[in-house]
Amino acid sequence: MEKILVGLKRVVDYNVRVRVRNDGTGVETDGVKMSINPFDEIALEEALRIRDRGEASEVIVLSIGSVDAQQQLRTGLAMGADRAILVEADPGLDALSIARTFKTIVDRDGIDLVLLGKQAIDNDNSQTAQMLAAMWDRPQATFASQIATEAGKATVTREVDAGLETVEIDLPAVISVDLRLNEPRYVKLPDIMKAKKKPLEQLAFADLGIEAGPAIKVLAVEPPAERARGVMVNDVAGLVAALKEKGLV
Amino acid sequence: MSKILVIAEHDGSALNSSTAKTVACAATIDGATIDVLVLASEAGSVAAEAAQIDSVARVLTVEHADNDKAIAAVLAPQIAELADGYTHVFGPSSTFGKDLMPRVAALLGVNPVSDIMSVENSHTFKRPIYAGNAVARVEAPAGSQVVATVRLASFSAAPGGNTAEIVSTRVNAARPSHTRFLKLQSAASDRPDLQTASRVVAGGRALASEENFEMVYKLADKLGAGVGASRAAVDAGYVPNELQVGQTGKIIAPDLYIAIGISGAIQHLTGIKDAGTIVAINKDEEAPIFEVADIGLVADLFSAVPELTKALD
Ligand SMILES: Cc1cc2nc3c(=O)[nH]c(=O)nc-3n(C[C@H](O)[C@H](O)[C@H](O)COP(=O)(O)OP(=O)(O)OC[C@H]3O[C@@H](n4cnc5c(N)ncnc54)[C@H](O)[C@@H]3O)c2cc1C
Repeated sequence: MEKILVGLKRVVDYNVRVRVRNDGTGVETDGVKMSINPFDEIALEEALRIRDRGEASEVIVLSIGSVDAQQQLRTGLAMGADRAILVEADPGLDALSIARTFKTIVDRDGIDLVLLGKQAIDNDNSQTAQMLAAMWDRPQATFASQIATEAGKATVTREVDAGLETVEIDLPAVISVDLRLNEPRYVKLPDIMKAKKKPLEQLAFADLGIEAGPAIKVLAVEPPAERARGVMVNDVAGLVAALKEKGLV
Repeated sequence: MSKILVIAEHDGSALNSSTAKTVACAATIDGATIDVLVLASEAGSVAAEAAQIDSVARVLTVEHADNDKAIAAVLAPQIAELADGYTHVFGPSSTFGKDLMPRVAALLGVNPVSDIMSVENSHTFKRPIYAGNAVARVEAPAGSQVVATVRLASFSAAPGGNTAEIVSTRVNAARPSHTRFLKLQSAASDRPDLQTASRVVAGGRALASEENFEMVYKLADKLGAGVGASRAAVDAGYVPNELQVGQTGKIIAPDLYIAIGISGAIQHLTGIKDAGTIVAINKDEEAPIFEVADIGLVADLFSAVPELTKALD
């Protein structure tokens, strides 16, 4: 296999307690720490391992969104990706357009394997991998917790509700990754310096000739319903009594 | 008038209860006509179950050996073909539906809606974002088909007692062979299924070993409960992955949830927000789990859990 394409989405860091803006237009992102979507980081780690085993020759990272996503691409390059592509677009770009953008790069660069996170932790959609695979008319293996590649094929273990499902797919293909696939490496300072010299190509979504949408419109964003404050009990006897009172035991 | 096609989830012999929940969501759309589609190698028993679900008008079946296992690349083109004439195509937000429905949407050229938690009208829905820390009201474009998954914890299964017509159908869609099922490993268990159990006992990292997790199983068995776990407990190998509860595990809504040695990270809490009563046992009184617990006990689990199990004799 030659080329692996990995998607890196810039999202609010998973440690941040997100707050809904008072005007209901979204969540607060001003001054909030932004990071690579954790699932995407795992996808990149896997791509690097595949390459470093000699089973692929190039790892390309792609981000679609605001120009600030350069930061996340630089981190991806520091982790070890060979080159990066930024497609500048509205950060709220719809899923069809995102998948079409991936497809455009896949065709242009002759990609053999696309590795994506199984979902982005901002909108929790879990759509891009499946949609790209459909447009490309190629296999998809979602929620991967183990990947083995061989000539023209991959064997993927998927985390499904019933347990672990193993499928064999022909390449080219799209794989979306789950948390237990690997533990991403930490970036070291010298790698950050080296990454500055690696190529970062900038494109504009508007120049790709992709027809956007029709998008799902976000009318409002609200805080979730709060749970009423509970009671603290002092010991196991108190717990049993409280459960009995609620008719639960 | 909405005409909704619901994709049935099943294991080849029995219908998954996610299907009746998805129908329940579809039925909240005013004036909806609901058909259920069963894609299988042999649809008989599954279709018969689906025909009993309240509000279902017809059950369509497509039988083919290639439909034996739920491979999205095989099923999606068939669904896209049969979607003609339907205003909505709904599937459950289980791993089955999450895998399948976006592929269907892309084939139909629409943006899917993931995890519907409530319906406002035929094209407006609420869905959780940011691990449930915010709720978005979203609107699909008027006049376009709506392809969506339904958040199962938000809907009770539609009741049975119906006798819908069962119609065998054929499709022309190509069935690619580029994706091949090899095997499914499930830890066999006689306990109630985590996703549908009315009571769940869950353990976290604090259990510290697979052996210690026995404590959780014992309490669960005493209560007739299903067993769940935090990601940390799964990652550490104390329990298999299908027991994980949370943003990237199962989203559940039991009447009773007992969290043992679980800190209550937002990614975990998103999986239990709809539980009736949340009980937390944790030795750290500052643990965030206590912010959502209805009943909290600050205690060492290694003494409290056996004591609780005994007290329930
Ligand atoms: C993208 C992403 C997705 C994630 N998805 C999920 C998910 O789906 N589900 C999930 O659960 N997590 C998920 N996580 C992980 C989550 O952030 C937490 O790391 C995880 O939930 C912690 O598990 P825990 O509560 O068992 O462990 P810890 O956070 O380590 O908590 C252990 C708790 O046990 C208590 N304790 C220790 N000893 C005792 C004792 N003897 N008696 C009583 N109490 C004791 C401690 O006080 C502590 O509160 C995700 C993380 C990321 C980044």
